[in-house]
Amino acid sequence: MASNMYHKEKSIQMKSSASALYNNLSVLRIAPRSLTYFTVVHANMVNMVSASWDGLNYSHRQLQSKEANVATSSSLIMQAAWCVLPSRDILVLTSQKGIQMYESDGSIMVYWHALDTPETQTAQAVFARGIAAVREKYICVGISSGSMLVFDVPIKGSNITLSEVLEEHKESITDLASECSGSLECIADMVSADDSGNLCVWKSGEDFQLLNKIPGFDMSCSSVKLWKGTVVAGYGTGQIRLYEAVTGIVHAEVNAHARWIYSLDIAPFSGLLLSAAEDSLVRVWHLTMTPETNSVEIVHMYNECVTDTQICGAKFCDGDGYAFAVTGYDLSEIIRYTQV
Amino acid sequence: MSSRTLPLLFINLGGEMLYILDQRLRAQNIPADKAKKADWIEDDRRRVMNDIITTMFNKKFLEELFKPQELYSKKALRTVFDRLAHASIMRLNQASMDKLYDLMTMAFKYQVLLCPRAKDILLVSFNHMDAIKDFVKDTPSVLSQVDETYRQLIEMYTPLSSGEFQLIRQTLLIFFQDMHIRVSIFLKDKVQNSNGRFVLPISGPVPHGTHIPGLIRMFSCNGEEVKRLQFRNGGNYTGVLREGSFEMFGERVIKLGTNMYSVSRPVETHMSGTSKNSAQKKSVNTTPNPLAKEELNMLARLMGGMEVQKPGNADSGFRVNLFATDEEEEEALISRPDEFSYDVIKIQATKNQQANAELAKIMGDFTEEAGEPCSSSANSKGDDLLAMMDGL
Repeated sequence: MASNMYHKEKSIQMKSSASALYNNLSVLRIAPRSLTYFTVVHANMVNMVSASWDGLNYSHRQLQSKEANVATSSSLIMQAAWCVLPSRDILVLTSQKGIQMYESDGSIMVYWHALDTPETQTAQAVFARGIAAVREKYICVGISSGSMLVFDVPIKGSNITLSEVLEEHKESITDLASECSGSLECIADMVSADDSGNLCVWKSGEDFQLLNKIPGFDMSCSSVKLWKGTVVAGYGTGQIRLYEAVTGIVHAEVNAHARWIYSLDIAPFSGLLLSAAEDSLVRVWHLTMTPETNSVEIVHMYNECVTDTQICGAKFCDGDGYAFAVTGYDLSEIIRYTQV
Repeated sequence: MSSRTLPLLFINLGGEMLYILDQRLRAQNIPADKAKKADWIEDDRRRVMNDIITTMFNKKFLEELFKPQELYSKKALRTVFDRLAHASIMRLNQASMDKLYDLMTMAFKYQVLLCPRAKDILLVSFNHMDAIKDFVKDTPSVLSQVDETYRQLIEMYTPLSSGEFQLIRQTLLIFFQDMHIRVSIFLKDKVQNSNGRFVLPISGPVPHGTHIPGLIRMFSCNGEEVKRLQFRNGGNYTGVLREGSFEMFGERVIKLGTNMYSVSRPVETHMSGTSKNSAQKKSVNTTPNPLAKEELNMLARLMGGMEVQKPGNADSGFRVNLFATDEEEEEALISRPDEFSYDVIKIQATKNQQANAELAKIMGDFTEEAGEPCSSSANSKGDDLLAMMDGL
């Protein structure tokens, strides 16, 4: 392990602290403008910071959750994430009341979808959680009932429509991920995870097709990624498992963390994997594929301890994994690290 | 988020409140010449604890509490606890009530944060329940209320999955977000830093069901293990925790939620020095209208179930001070920074006439409620106690 693979950079201050939610950091790199956007959820709001690459300019925006017939909503936001599509980037917010979609800089809301909320409160919570952009034109969002909504997104404008509802999971969706290698050869386009640890592997299209179901082991899978046909899943027990998406074959099992894993990310060009948990640790791993033997190897590269912090979000800031950013519960800063 | 959070929040905060009150009641200094009244003080202490616990576990109240619902705002919950703290002849001044609430909330925040597994919040709740049961072990009527509550907790929570418990935990953490009040007992024990943040050790046993980090196993296509790698986990983990009992009795294993106060360890909170970081209030109040109609109605229903006795004479009842002296208590009230003031819902301030009327009626109802009648001897006891405390 390289103990000096990364070093800490200057943190970015936020207007409010991060809430303890899975995958609570989203990063969007805008090369043409030499900017990176970061979003972090705080209760019923989203903190959005744009940081120039020269480190000199920061600007902040705060987005609120939305609710029908109410001027300011107290509905809690479960997740905020950018969906990168070929022609546009959409910022998606999922809350207890519905799904909000904005143009990438958060300035204009282009779409609102209200969840069916029952008249009287039920024991089962109602919320949307799990966001992924799939192939050219879809944005998928998970629901607490286990359903998933597939939205069809046009090249521009607000004519976003609900294309399909996928009913496969029986437990609350925790995370969604689409194939991030950029390769068109991969059969599987998306993986969905739920609170019982069940994983579903999908092929996108007019009608999404279920390719495989990978059973869980009675433990929530809180974060999932899909890269070169390999599913990387992080669980509440602190374990990470690697599966072959279409067959469900287990490639590897890692006793990765001492507490619940809150975030996973992959740098698609280098195969670096980032994992972060309530145990205060962020770990960097390296994945290598050997197509001839159909095997996947994972090796550990680096540890970073964020003292006295339960980490809730960790993402690479670029496709090579040269830099990554971290958020923690009750922390009002985005901590950044870059390779030495 | 989770609609099953309120019972756990209430029972655990209530449990902490009882620990603190019990400690303060025991710590009242009794000068030697008044020692003959010592037994009498012991009686009153037990009576105060019984009265509060009876109110906490009132059947109608619990029925409301256990209904699926969103968490109350901090303001609303504080109002409920104000009422609860005054469910006996004990009286607390504003400053002492503020301090009591600070301690209760920081203690439970600590317990929630440090729970090894999300499910262990239930074990923490059972620790509080076990202690409450011990407080009232000599009073069968209250004891049966407590037992009934155990059953309700077991029925509601033991079937939940790990993910559902984590949702409860996340809901609680949002409630406690940005609270960094320093508690001297935590500072002394080095579980809290001087900036008000809790210490999260990367050592000790890992939760039940988790493996100590360090092992990578890789498999072939037919499931055979082909390679093992070890990595340095950066921590100092020493084994796996056993699972505690989720039944009415049994070893809970987790120590969080047990009584950390004793007569010799007084409780203090520090207000200064926390302002810089922790005063970072949420930019938008999570309750847009502090007296939202829905919340007032919920509160009215909840408190309607809370049968609180009022002493015949509102000035009698004996006063408990959470500070070392009366002067300190007064000073604390004056110097409490604005951002830390708790707003208790004041009936007059509400704009909602209907809910206002309902709530006022319920508050007023308490004087008519048949409860344990306050005998004249109780009144005079109260007077005597008050006189004693004045003389200290």
